[in-house]
Amino acid sequence: MTNFTIFIVIAVMAMISFALVRQKSVAIVGGATQQLHSLPRYHGYYAAVRVFAPCLFLFLLWIIGGETVIENLVVAGLPDSVKNVSGDQISLILNRIQLAVQHGEASTTDANILAAADKYSSLYNKGLWATFSLTLAVGLLGYYLSNSRTHADYRARNSFEKTISVALAASSFLAVVVTLGIVASLIFESLRFFQQVPIQDFLFGLHWSPQTALRADQVASVGAFGSIPLFAGTFLISTLAMLVAGPIGLFAAIYLTQYANRTVRAVAKPVLEILAGVPTVVYGFFAALTVAPMLRDAGGAIGVDVASESALAAGLVMGVMIIPFVSSLSDDAITAVPSSLKDGSFALGATKAETITQVLLPAALPGVVGAFLLAISRAIGETMIVVMAAGMRPNLTANPLEAVTTVTVQIVALLTGDQEFDSPKTLSAFALGLALFVITLLLNVAALRMVRKYREAYD
Amino acid sequence: MTERNVPHAELSTGPTDWKSGAMQARIARRYRRERIFQSLGLGAVVISVLFLVFLLGNIVKNGAYGFVQTSVSIDVTFSADLLGDPTSLSPEAFTEKVRKTNMLRLIQTSMQELFPEVKGRRDTRTLLRIVSTGARAQLRNMILADPALIGTTKRVELLTSDDIDQVIKGNIDISLPEANRKVKDNELSWLQTLQNDDRISLNFHSQFLTGGDSREPELAGVWGAIVGSAFTLMVTLLTAFPIGLCAAIYLEEFAPKNRFTDIIEININNLAAVPSIVFGLLGLAVFLSVMGMPRSAPIVGGLTLALLTLPTVIIASRASIAAVPPSIRDAARGLGASPMQVVFHHVIPLAMPGIMTGTIIGMARALGESAPLLMIGMVAFIVDIPGSINDAATVLPVQIYLWADSPERAFVEKTSAAIMVLLFFLIAMNGIAIWLRQKFEQKW
Repeated sequence: MTNFTIFIVIAVMAMISFALVRQKSVAIVGGATQQLHSLPRYHGYYAAVRVFAPCLFLFLLWIIGGETVIENLVVAGLPDSVKNVSGDQISLILNRIQLAVQHGEASTTDANILAAADKYSSLYNKGLWATFSLTLAVGLLGYYLSNSRTHADYRARNSFEKTISVALAASSFLAVVVTLGIVASLIFESLRFFQQVPIQDFLFGLHWSPQTALRADQVASVGAFGSIPLFAGTFLISTLAMLVAGPIGLFAAIYLTQYANRTVRAVAKPVLEILAGVPTVVYGFFAALTVAPMLRDAGGAIGVDVASESALAAGLVMGVMIIPFVSSLSDDAITAVPSSLKDGSFALGATKAETITQVLLPAALPGVVGAFLLAISRAIGETMIVVMAAGMRPNLTANPLEAVTTVTVQIVALLTGDQEFDSPKTLSAFALGLALFVITLLLNVAALRMVRKYREAYD
Repeated sequence: MTERNVPHAELSTGPTDWKSGAMQARIARRYRRERIFQSLGLGAVVISVLFLVFLLGNIVKNGAYGFVQTSVSIDVTFSADLLGDPTSLSPEAFTEKVRKTNMLRLIQTSMQELFPEVKGRRDTRTLLRIVSTGARAQLRNMILADPALIGTTKRVELLTSDDIDQVIKGNIDISLPEANRKVKDNELSWLQTLQNDDRISLNFHSQFLTGGDSREPELAGVWGAIVGSAFTLMVTLLTAFPIGLCAAIYLEEFAPKNRFTDIIEININNLAAVPSIVFGLLGLAVFLSVMGMPRSAPIVGGLTLALLTLPTVIIASRASIAAVPPSIRDAARGLGASPMQVVFHHVIPLAMPGIMTGTIIGMARALGESAPLLMIGMVAFIVDIPGSINDAATVLPVQIYLWADSPERAFVEKTSAAIMVLLFFLIAMNGIAIWLRQKFEQKW
């Protein structure tokens, strides 16, 4: 008996009840299916749903909650000498029990652990069988109900469609659940972090060094969680990126919408789309291995000291990455300006450049600003380029030639590799994530508002 | 236009004399500005194109060498004394003996035949470093596959170590003083001898495409990462596509126009712009610590990426459902179809090409995504090819990230080559999407 078998049994039960109920509905009217309210297959579909849905619910309940319940039961059954330890050690004991379950006596000689492992596997087996029998019973009940309700006037289609529309609504609601999940998990973990580190230290502290001592007697720093240097680094790199992407993206959009002929557009637009489709890890590799050494050599040639992991390299390449973002959104904004404005300006004798700078751009300004805001939010949240090309050392500087670190780099650094889940070091990553989420959310909301309001103005 | 503050006196002096020198100069200045403005625009486009060419050119230039590897052919004598005699031993005993034999001794014998002047432990060890550490497994597998080799001498092509490979590919500057480079003078002179004997060759390296990860650049391959990516994308597709499609159908066809629907809509638009790393934090907090799913597994990676691509799928599907003209719905309704039948029998089939296109583009984005996967532990060093969605695995972009971090010079070209593989898959997926769009898209 495995989880997979249970799932197969549920699926087979649903299929069988589909076939049987469908047949029954045909048999009731003696083959004259036009006398049925619903087509025979709808009777079958609804029966299948009645079997499948509750069984799946039970099954998922077991999959999600089963192991936790069993673990708690096993821990509760341990002798007091083993049990009365701190929370961390309980999870260690559970790990050893799991190992013992998988590898038997080879993994441990502790009799308590072995006994617990035995208990664990027997409970797990019982749980499997209980789930199996329960789903079987529920499935049969579902089949019995639909079978006994099948008659010529039974509105099987309406009931089935109602179920489907509930499923459709639930799917769209899931998007909200995801957002709530993000917010809840970030806030929950951040609150735990702020219990250990005061929130004002996090928001206004100038020193970031998340290394905390593992043992009380260790000679190590106590850890400092001032996030200002990280946000300064993020801000520096995003500014550099926008200095590249802003003008280039905007001018590219102007050229492509106002000047370029068909052939140039046919070449340039796909190129921009390809730039947008290149994975960020590729940009990161390029920034770290090609652009950064180039900048360092160029700096050396003119006698300027450029760090090998400079903010400049990361910012430049990130700027190129968001060019297509700025240009396609600005493109939309510029094309949406009614041509009557443009024609009026031409009729007054303005040159093309004058029309663009003095008529088109002011009219498209909200859309362009929205594009820039979205691009900034993109730059702030970008991870791989900065992880690979910017540095790790927190550095409060405005000099783009030095190495800086960013919020996303620190999140990655804090959460990759082995980690304990409760230390402030790990939890601080969630606080950084929350800050990142809030900032980008504000930027996005502002940008979407702006774009939408402006669209309404010309519709 | 540019001179808005024309002095008042000038305005009142009758018709403008366009032929006057001042006006001509002004017109010339305006046209010059026009030309500058236009060339700025062209410059922006050209810079973007040049950058793309530079980026791709750089990667192809580096990556092309990642698909080839230097090998050295040496005459190996498969001595029965050392390996055991397959005719007198039972097959199991023979296999056991071959497994226990250090294949380095075979290589050593052959190499010393070639370079009898090399004496002393240290030099011998350096000499043996010409051959990759993977050569032992290569020889062992050869013998196990064909026991008849025992007692014969055969010319075998063995991979060289990554340093030798880099010398052959010209990536190690041999004009530097000896102390400053990894490959020393005696190794170079041996290499020269081997080259003069025509024993060194640069061949297509299929192990790069079929092997798993390795610490040795010459043995590392992308297949493990490709399989990991395939499993991850499969989970992503199976979750994001049905849920995204259902949500799009509901929002476009059934949702009442009220505050709640508005909230869902705004929410989806915002979700599309949340940084990907935040989804990684969600995956870590929910899938790993609350639900206790296995770390580094494609199922967790796939679910995380599904949440990430869900907004893309929903937005694309909605656009394509909305593009189906209302007349289709009215006609179906008029013939007595229920609302559900209208949608599932008529609207969705017509919207399908657009939905597929949007989904493929979302999947391509998921394939290139790496930041959220770092959060859920898919950065482990994994040699084995994953066999299911529960095995520890890594994906192509993360493999690229890991190799890019490796100090060996030889990993630069492996990374570039892996990027070429990734770009190949991305181009293929986008190509399919464009093809679908052009072939099936209907203009109403």
